[in-house]
Amino acid sequence: MTIEEIDPTAVPGVEAPAIGEELLSVDGLVKHFPIRKGLLQRQTGAVQAVDGLTFNVTRGETLSLVGESGCGKTTTGRLLTRLLEPTAGKIVFEGRDISHLSEGKMRPLRRDVQMIFQDPYGSLNPRHTVGKIVGAPYRLQNVKTEHGVKRAVQELLELVGLSPEHYNRYPHEFSGGQRQRIGIARTLALRPKLIVADEPVSALDVSIQAQVVNLLEDLQNEFDLTYVMIAHDLSVVRHVSDRVAVMYLGKIVEIADRVGLYETPMHPYTVALLSAVPVPDTKRKGNVKRIRLEGDVPSPINPPPACRFHTRCWKAQDICKTVEPPLLQLAPGHQAACHFPENQAGEVSTTPAATNQAGN
Amino acid sequence: MTEPADNTVQGTVQRIERGEAFLDVRDLKVHFPTDDGVVKSVDGISFQLERGKTLGIVGESGSGKSVTSLSIMGLHKRGVAKISGQIFLDGQDLVSSTPEEVRLLRGKRMAMIFQDPLSAMHPFYTVGTQIVEAYRVHNKVSKQVARKHAIEMLDRVGIPQPDKRVDAYPHQFSGGMRQRAMIAMALSCDPDLLIADEPTTALDVTVQAQILDLIRDLQREFNSAVIIITHDLGVVAELADDIQVMYGGRAIEYGTAEDIFDNPQHPYTWGLLGSMPRIDRERTERLIPIKGTPPSLINVPKGCAFNPRCNYAHLNGGASETERPELLDIGAGHKVACHLSPKERQHAWETDIKPKL
Repeated sequence: MTIEEIDPTAVPGVEAPAIGEELLSVDGLVKHFPIRKGLLQRQTGAVQAVDGLTFNVTRGETLSLVGESGCGKTTTGRLLTRLLEPTAGKIVFEGRDISHLSEGKMRPLRRDVQMIFQDPYGSLNPRHTVGKIVGAPYRLQNVKTEHGVKRAVQELLELVGLSPEHYNRYPHEFSGGQRQRIGIARTLALRPKLIVADEPVSALDVSIQAQVVNLLEDLQNEFDLTYVMIAHDLSVVRHVSDRVAVMYLGKIVEIADRVGLYETPMHPYTVALLSAVPVPDTKRKGNVKRIRLEGDVPSPINPPPACRFHTRCWKAQDICKTVEPPLLQLAPGHQAACHFPENQAGEVSTTPAATNQAGN
Repeated sequence: MTEPADNTVQGTVQRIERGEAFLDVRDLKVHFPTDDGVVKSVDGISFQLERGKTLGIVGESGSGKSVTSLSIMGLHKRGVAKISGQIFLDGQDLVSSTPEEVRLLRGKRMAMIFQDPLSAMHPFYTVGTQIVEAYRVHNKVSKQVARKHAIEMLDRVGIPQPDKRVDAYPHQFSGGMRQRAMIAMALSCDPDLLIADEPTTALDVTVQAQILDLIRDLQREFNSAVIIITHDLGVVAELADDIQVMYGGRAIEYGTAEDIFDNPQHPYTWGLLGSMPRIDRERTERLIPIKGTPPSLINVPKGCAFNPRCNYAHLNGGASETERPELLDIGAGHKVACHLSPKERQHAWETDIKPKL
């Protein structure tokens, strides 16, 4: 493990890249959680949660990570915010390798990289007032605000659509949507550059979900935020993302811009995921041509060899069991890891999004 | 089984006394007295459901959808919950029946699939034991026969190697398999009424598709009546024949799935449809959320419970704030509880809402 010698007092982001430039790049990121057994706690295996991710995030964009539970998307989010230390690979934020920074050296960077958590009940301390929760980042980072912390917190509360009078209330007095807003206010306190949002709306009711999605979009426009969004609801992902990465068992199987991914998905897994989304259209009832994937996601402790999807894939052939398909650029800005990709140039796409748009 | 709906005079009398449809819920109210006041979780709902049909109940958390299903199953503690109204299941009123009588109906006549299969199954007993227990309550058979039946059921819901898996514990199953095992348990006695309370909310989208197909196939096979409770409009659109939209403990709109999706009439239903990003349509720049938050059930707003969040409440000259709208038929069984005149409603839907969805 090498820790790069960087002056911890250096102001991060002096040479901040302009909009459209790379903000974060990830290269061969791996996280294995060891499984230990017996008296000596010898390592007997590893949960291969994240196994070789390479992608980058451009300033100002929203990149979404989607996949079924257990595919490693939350672990990836936690690695990006360095709540976990990667087993291998590199995370470069604004030109600086942060993969193995110590907690102390990471601290100044926490201003720039923040996280929104999934559970609005678990992520707020029930014994702290809203003022204390939202003001915590200022205290921890020793940031002096112009008119004092209280004023700054009240401005933040207004920004996310709460009332400044909520300052002295406790989390239990708020509904789920309001709590999520409190969490977002805290995230925004230090004006981060990158926000990793782990399922920010999945615990909320539909009507509230739309409010929070709109809020996240407004904030992005106002503060030039960059989001890495972790989500499983493909309709929401399509609404918020510029680019989407589809993960399966710790690997990215497809990464593309929104239009490319939803209209001409190339990896069979993406095609299956999209066809499984229930569509609120009664005319489709009963005559949906749905690709039914058999069984469940295999265990990440012992993932299938070569292409990890071959056990559930209807296109799998012998080569899929022996040679791992690399993540290749198959169309401009569209990468997929499959030996037999769908929707290659010339083919007609089969997803609901595309067929409906063709019909319009 | 007697069919209560026939055309003789005796039949009419029976209908009034024993309910018209297979499941007939009339003016059901479930109130919970608490220190802070009475929580009116369900405040007067009525609906009917025939065999072989599927009813979808849609609403946000706290709208009373789960409480409705639990009261049909008789799972509320008497004394804690104040239940009034009538629930006829094939002619038998469940509200006035004793807990023991209702207990005998559970499993055989009606069964339920819960949202969270991990907490709904007992962690200490194997999956097989739990299915066998339910089966033997209603069928006088030996353990061996019951076990064979359990294996058959597990096979039927698509669990691989059911003869081995029957001896596994719930924690050894994945989320999707556990949900299948619970469906197997619910269906082991061929119930006439199946209630599925958010059956796929905890599951991934690929597994969700499997479970929804499974419920549809099994319903066709057993001709049971199904109530599906969910907040996901996509799920009800695929399964339900009729849909009831609930808000603040009351039904605010009721109609066929086509009515609700193609010609919704209540501003809340419009709000729900506008809040939801659609994967099958052109991407819109912004979602249209409903302003505000769902009401507290202790302090439901006066008049129409939806009035503080409604964009059209001001059109009614104060009626929305003072008078509770009744659920009225606007034609062909499509019912809506709203003060807007049919003309205003149709106008708002055609001009304001429909183009934006």
